[in-house]
Amino acid sequence: MTFQPFVRDAILAQQKAPASEVGAVRWIRENLFSGVLNTVLTLGSLYVLYLIVGALGPWLSRSVWNANSLTECRAITEARYGPGVSAACFAVIHERWQQIIFGFYPRELYWRPTLTLILLLVALGPILFSWVPRVFLWFSLAFPAVAFWLLWGGSIWLPLMILAGFPIGLLAFRVLAPINGLLGAIGAALAPVLWWLFLCGPVERVLAGAMPIGLRQLGSDDFGGFLLSVVIGVSGIAFSLPIGILLALGRQSDLFFVKSFCVAFIEGFRGVPLITLLFVASLLLNYFLPPGTEFDIILRVIIMVTIFSAAYMAEVIRGGLAALPRGQYEAADALGLDYWKAQRLIVMPQALKISIPGIVGNFIGLFKDTTLVSFISLQDPLQLVSSIRANTEWNGIYWELFIFVGALFFIFCFSMSRYSMYLERKLATDHR
Amino acid sequence: MAIAIDPPKAGFRLGMLIYDTRYRSLTIQVVFMVALIAFFAWLVNNTIYNLSVKGKDFDFGFLFVRSGYDINQMLVQYSSDSSHGRALLVGLLNTLFLAFICCVLATVIGLVAGVLRLSKNWIVSRLMAVYVETFRNVPVVLWIVLVNAIMAVSMPEPKEFRGENPDATMILFHSVAVTNRGVYMPEPLFSRSLGNIDVGIFLISVDLLAILAAFAASIWAYRRLQAGATAIQNATGQRPVTWWKSAAILILPVLAVLIGTGFHLGYPELKGFNFVGGVQARNSLIAMWLALSIYSATYIAESVRGGVMAISRGQTEASLALGLRQGLATRLVVLPQALRVIVPPLISQYLSITKNTSLAIAVGYMDLRSTLGGITMNQTGRELETMLLLMGIYLTISLIISALMNIYNKSIKLKER
Repeated sequence: MTFQPFVRDAILAQQKAPASEVGAVRWIRENLFSGVLNTVLTLGSLYVLYLIVGALGPWLSRSVWNANSLTECRAITEARYGPGVSAACFAVIHERWQQIIFGFYPRELYWRPTLTLILLLVALGPILFSWVPRVFLWFSLAFPAVAFWLLWGGSIWLPLMILAGFPIGLLAFRVLAPINGLLGAIGAALAPVLWWLFLCGPVERVLAGAMPIGLRQLGSDDFGGFLLSVVIGVSGIAFSLPIGILLALGRQSDLFFVKSFCVAFIEGFRGVPLITLLFVASLLLNYFLPPGTEFDIILRVIIMVTIFSAAYMAEVIRGGLAALPRGQYEAADALGLDYWKAQRLIVMPQALKISIPGIVGNFIGLFKDTTLVSFISLQDPLQLVSSIRANTEWNGIYWELFIFVGALFFIFCFSMSRYSMYLERKLATDHR
Repeated sequence: MAIAIDPPKAGFRLGMLIYDTRYRSLTIQVVFMVALIAFFAWLVNNTIYNLSVKGKDFDFGFLFVRSGYDINQMLVQYSSDSSHGRALLVGLLNTLFLAFICCVLATVIGLVAGVLRLSKNWIVSRLMAVYVETFRNVPVVLWIVLVNAIMAVSMPEPKEFRGENPDATMILFHSVAVTNRGVYMPEPLFSRSLGNIDVGIFLISVDLLAILAAFAASIWAYRRLQAGATAIQNATGQRPVTWWKSAAILILPVLAVLIGTGFHLGYPELKGFNFVGGVQARNSLIAMWLALSIYSATYIAESVRGGVMAISRGQTEASLALGLRQGLATRLVVLPQALRVIVPPLISQYLSITKNTSLAIAVGYMDLRSTLGGITMNQTGRELETMLLLMGIYLTISLIISALMNIYNKSIKLKER
């Protein structure tokens, strides 16, 4: 009898994969318990999570939202859950949130910062998102003056007259350029400066006398809370980017003096803590300016913050410039573009794209650093937290206020960093 | 013929300063310099005028005048009879000390968090992502104030440690007391101390020098031992067993010095209303240390993650293919390349930690800003001098750190041939 090998004559029905290799079980095995170390890590993390949730969960879930003082809060908690139970008292937020957001801005004028914020979003639209019509860019350009007028109030003519400097420069260029290109450039630079220095003030007074249109004037003491942080942060961000670009270009330039100045400026301001610069703003700036010059503390802080941030910005952009292949510069030269055209059309769009993460990181840092103004006794959110706590009604409350302020900062900064990721993905032109 | 190819000798015209590229850069620079000098002259002129109006002069002599204030945390001897310059030194050392311990802790936390965030374990990497995003998106001042509040509000009072059945106990084998007035730790003491050497500015403990010398000697001997072992291995192919010799060389000399000087720990003890003995780390120091480290660690974690991810998988695979074991492959191939990416941002993080120590103003830690730029400034009324000095010192520290960074960057730069 010959050996008959076994040959299967029917195809077996397809079997299900083992239970440990599919679905949630497989995922858990692979991601959480793939080895001894992983198992230990998983159990450790679960324990940490348990500790955090176990400590915060009940405290948060028992929150009291409506009360007029901490004692009332505690009384409500005791009535609800019995004595000795700790519970969050978010009533303080409910009662004081406007103060943390607006500081001591007059309550009936809250519409002004709110409107400014809405206009800010409108102005940011065409800058942040490419699908917004380009016409809105003109509004974005005019926005700083509008915001200044809305927030500080006063006569409408002052911001208008300051804005008028730009058309005047343009006009000077249009008139003088046909005569001589150089004359046009000088005129375009000189005319607005002359206007702002000598004519702006008198003309504004005449117009304000003839047609007094204005809002109630507010001083810097009225600013506080997140309003102050946003004002300082946004203006610092807006002004530091162009200055940073100029500094970065100066640092790359062949002109010895320009380069040395830029290096000294960048390294000098990067080497000192922001807080010392804020002290300079509050204590020393009066020494450096002509006697009798008195200008607003918020403006002084904005100037110092801008300078500080511009130095950092310059380094970030320099990184972007350095990362650009040499061939791009040479190609721009070969096309016959002059320096500024090459920068504007070839170099900067690519260099800025490369430096987006750094730029946004800088913005986030700047926004967080606005909390430092509390040390020169401006009413930033942290300072307001202390002053709320100094109030007898809320004496002894800590964590709820910190959570609220921290959460607001987190929302701002986190969304900025997410936006930078979106921008990076959108602008990525390399194919992967 | 020579005449024909000579360039036309055009006279110098004023317009060439702008239109001729040979002269244009010169013109720009001259205009720039003149404007800059004029600007600075204007500033200096204003300053001189403003100072004279206020009846002040510009003089650093105040540094040698008796300070008249006490500092509650110091690394060198200081009393209210010392000079303002001495107070400056105390503040500077406090700043550097805080910066140092923050850098160490931040590096440790950052390394662990960065590696764990890369872990394949889903829950661990998510937890680390939450940690990084939470801490870096909230201002560090808030964290400092928060930790300070936790220390001051939630920690037990010293009196709670008293009694048969106290409400609070000391941790770490009854050696460290965490109270709302600070953390009390054991201090090193020497019963047969060798005394101190006065080097003019501060005292150096001879005991410490002896320990360091003994340790340096052991390291040297250990190196010799290892070199000898390697030589034998190269000659015979057999590496002699050295671990017990190494252990003895590394431990015994230091141990001998410690016993010789009568080293022991002085534990903090509760006497009256407070702890006595030991070293007290004030709440302000602890708050600055923890908050700044945990905050800065998030940035370090991100650069560690970026550094490890920047090394392509092929590098590990290639080294495994060469026959290196996993540990060796990491140590010899992956780590050196990853460090090249990690270290520059790490050092700039150290720089920003050093600058951020000036936030001690939030909790009242006596750093350079609080002594020189705080009490000294208020007492002497010399804002200009103190602020310039303060900025100069911070700038010097920063420039030293970035010089070190540049040296490091040069040394690890890829040698391209």
